[in-house]
Amino acid sequence: MRNKTGVPLLFEVSSPGRRGYRLPDLDVPEVPLEELIPSQFQRQQEPKLPEVSELEVVRHFTQLSRLNHGVDVGFYPLGSCTMKYNPRVNEDAAALPGFSAIHPYQPEETVQGALKLMYDLGSYLAELAGLHAATLQPAAGAHGELTGLWIMKAYHEANGEGHRNEVIVPDTAHGTNPASAMMADYKVVEVPSDERGGVDVEALKKLLGPNTAGLMLTNPNTLGLFDENICTIAELVHDAGGLLYYDGANANAIMGIARPGDTGFDIVHFNLHKTFSTPHGGGGPGAGPIVVSEKLAPFLPWPVVDKEGDKYVLKKPEKSIGRVKSFYGNFSVLVKAYAYIRSHGPDGLRQVSEAAVINANYLMHHLKELYHLPYDRYCKHEFVLSGKLQKQNHGVRTLDIAKRLLDYGIHAPTVYFPLTVDEAIMIEPTETETKETLDEFISVMRKIADEAEADPEMLHSAPHVTPVGRLDEARAARQPILRWRG
Amino acid sequence: MRYIPMTEQDRQAMLASMGISSVDELFSDIPEHLRMSEKLNLPPALSEAELMRHMRELAGANVNLTETVSFMGGGVYDHLIPSIVKHLISRGEFLTAYTPYQAEISQGVLQSIFEYQTMIAELTGMDAANASMYDGATALAEAALMACNASRRDVVVLPENLHPEWKEVCEIYLSNQDVQIKYLPYDEETGTINHTVLRELNPKELACVVVQQPNFFGLIEDVDPISEFIHEGGGLLVMAVDPISLGLLKSPGEYGADIVVGDGQSLGNPMSFGGPSLGFFATTDKLVRRMPGRIVGETVDGDGRRGFVLTLQTREQHIRREKATSNICSNQALNALAATIYLSALGKEGFREVAYQCVQKAAYLKKKIAEETPFKVKFSAPSFREFIVTGDVDWEEINRKLLDEGFLGGLPLNRFGLPNDVLFAVTEARTKAEIDRLVELLGGMSR
Amino acid sequence: MSEKGLLFTKDHEWVRVQGNIAVVGITDYAQDELGDVVFVDLPSEGDQVQEGEGFAVVESVKAVSDIYAPVSGTIVKVNTELEDSPELINESPYEKGWIAEIELAEGVQLDDLMTAEEYEAFIKEA
Repeated sequence: MRNKTGVPLLFEVSSPGRRGYRLPDLDVPEVPLEELIPSQFQRQQEPKLPEVSELEVVRHFTQLSRLNHGVDVGFYPLGSCTMKYNPRVNEDAAALPGFSAIHPYQPEETVQGALKLMYDLGSYLAELAGLHAATLQPAAGAHGELTGLWIMKAYHEANGEGHRNEVIVPDTAHGTNPASAMMADYKVVEVPSDERGGVDVEALKKLLGPNTAGLMLTNPNTLGLFDENICTIAELVHDAGGLLYYDGANANAIMGIARPGDTGFDIVHFNLHKTFSTPHGGGGPGAGPIVVSEKLAPFLPWPVVDKEGDKYVLKKPEKSIGRVKSFYGNFSVLVKAYAYIRSHGPDGLRQVSEAAVINANYLMHHLKELYHLPYDRYCKHEFVLSGKLQKQNHGVRTLDIAKRLLDYGIHAPTVYFPLTVDEAIMIEPTETETKETLDEFISVMRKIADEAEADPEMLHSAPHVTPVGRLDEARAARQPILRWRG
Repeated sequence: MRYIPMTEQDRQAMLASMGISSVDELFSDIPEHLRMSEKLNLPPALSEAELMRHMRELAGANVNLTETVSFMGGGVYDHLIPSIVKHLISRGEFLTAYTPYQAEISQGVLQSIFEYQTMIAELTGMDAANASMYDGATALAEAALMACNASRRDVVVLPENLHPEWKEVCEIYLSNQDVQIKYLPYDEETGTINHTVLRELNPKELACVVVQQPNFFGLIEDVDPISEFIHEGGGLLVMAVDPISLGLLKSPGEYGADIVVGDGQSLGNPMSFGGPSLGFFATTDKLVRRMPGRIVGETVDGDGRRGFVLTLQTREQHIRREKATSNICSNQALNALAATIYLSALGKEGFREVAYQCVQKAAYLKKKIAEETPFKVKFSAPSFREFIVTGDVDWEEINRKLLDEGFLGGLPLNRFGLPNDVLFAVTEARTKAEIDRLVELLGGMSR
Repeated sequence: MSEKGLLFTKDHEWVRVQGNIAVVGITDYAQDELGDVVFVDLPSEGDQVQEGEGFAVVESVKAVSDIYAPVSGTIVKVNTELEDSPELINESPYEKGWIAEIELAEGVQLDDLMTAEEYEAFIKEA
């Protein structure tokens, strides 16, 4: 079934003198190189790049692509990652030369279309968040978090409260939250969850104090649960002098239904590559714009796009924290997200969230008979099962279940996260899947539950029909081979 | 709605199977007063045809550089991109995949990243590279932080002739971790780092010295003495390099660099108003476990078949949380894939030739400007594909006139506090005719 | 059994005291919980450590564990074998997998550490 050997590395099929691209002939008078670049500045050792024909390059990457799963290939219920369909028309829009072939330092009057798009996208995101002003600069969700925390810090310092050095993060938070807080030099304080899966309000009260800079919260949280005490939490944090940061990784659940700003959040980041359908590209590029309340707007990174009369201009907010990245952000990603919002309009975005929530609840309802459901209440766009019954009864772990799903052509859910759930299986179907796909997934999950009982050994060694079997990760980490050496 | 397949029949059937009658029930856990009673204030939905008409209109309001001839650089360059790059990165299996968490069905992305890491290691002359960072500027900031961690010191030396936006990005990353930045001036004559001032610093307290090669002015730095100086004091040499220049210039590995970063836009990625690009990041075997970001490694499956996995993951935020090397949890995979395809298509000879043509064409323009216009070339150090021209004129005004003639001129440096200076960039994409015409136009624009 | 005569902490480190030198490692239970150890971040000889302070890091494929100093003192020797063979911690946690030797600081008390029997009872409870 499997090939004995995989696709060779391009370096391994290289043949001296072969080329895959021809440059135009040099048409200026040539000067001996030494006259332009003295030899002590020239490299001695040539880089060993592959030497292959154009067709070999095309075949190589086409073959590699066929070893890969994507949303285009099959169901991808990876929790907290919102693997929805990536509309192709948005790719066409981003590829228009008026967007793809413009230089960031062109005079403003020659990029009015690009600036208008950014200005409008910022205002749409502000409307969706129920807040005031946006920066589109952060390159990813984690980068948005860091930017938000720097703004938080600058705000407290401007108020003479630079001593506030603690950021509170729930135990269910994405790993990026504490890591971002560390990068901003905050002390991370963890607040536990209560038995309903939300923030433990009594514990929170004890942690709040004069050193609290803010609370970072995902809502719905990583369990897919909307925090019912959110108003109390917001009030407590604000009363303590802290700010509320909203991790928008799960915003696909609430568009047009509730707005973080109305709840009391001061800073919100959106993952355009999740909620607004821009493709993940195998790990990036994404975009993590943030939206803030009026009092925080002067601290936004610069430049921001503003409108003067009918002209769009780049400006520096009065107390700007600086730049978090070169130029204006991942512009072509912004174009795609803008196109997505324009394709949907207000009703369409609300329908997206409703359908995402119906799909998740539908799966949860039918899977809870087969797998343990630690929090049995309505979920939003995702939910978390536990594989603990299969572990206790048959010695089959969540990892085995995840790997077995691959054999059925389905990408595994997010596993072993959040850390608060034993053998966690986090499932997010998204709104773009059909009922038939969901039903098929339920039936596969049933088959796997049966297999766990009948043939646990077969699951331990899964997957069986993928291009490679389970890979030896310990070996990879002990003696790392991080490149081809010939 | 266009992308939601749920029919009214599906919806009813699904709700009924859960024993509920209305979708509102699923939102009953959201406090009543928080639920939106009004519609979002957003423009109404557009069909595909309407959307594209609107997008073409917006795009059409920009001057695009397929029609206008660009001599602008400053971090983003108009290089030739082989046609196959866009076709291959558009394959859905690459485009619509997430981070390769499930290695068994992600070998395509994983192997391409392994090839990318190898190519970056080869170009930079370093032992190992990661799977990429957001961009060159953030990669440099992370490199400086890594140098602080590795050396257990907290003073970072940045050159004044570093890209001004990269300086700003370093400032925000470093100042928020109490790292002190010392700036190193450049020599007014050569435009390169002033080594005398460098030697006045105490190398024993420095985490690292950063050298941008070529520097922001396009000039080639003499790195050997800097490398020697910082290493004698036990600090690290961090180099921020232009990848195209590595087709010809001495590699950071040959200079003894410890960490190397740079921006990979010019490797097969369109300019796209400055993003997305990719930040590449390479280091030595000794420091590899301190490197931030995703890393792919080679291993085998149970039958001994070669395969690739994300490795050294314990450095990362999802395991180490607040003790991670960085908060980064993604890479610019698709841009790195574009770079890999670009480098594969060009190959060893083609890549060197791109660098060679840049040098020759830039030198041609430099010489012509010096000889045939009233403007002067500012610095004496050798340059790669950019150089500064100076003159007591309003360069923005000159650029406006050039635009009328179908040219995007050099980058006026008044925005960076150098009002008389302009930075010209010449890539292999420019022709002799274009260069000649530009010089002719500039010649007619003397004060 | 090789853990006889050793002393233990609640963080699953073991200590073998020989004169004023304490050899330190992690317990069999700890290595089993971590899984395949792939890397050990060792301290440097000459480092001063305080009781309860993290002084080394043990990494498996999917987890990281700080190793806390069971006693205060000065690191006098580290097990450099672990640099190339971190799996020694899995294979031989009490012998070849030792991590460091700490020269005890003046007046260090060992009263808070558990005996093998006490530790066995402790992990049963956990």
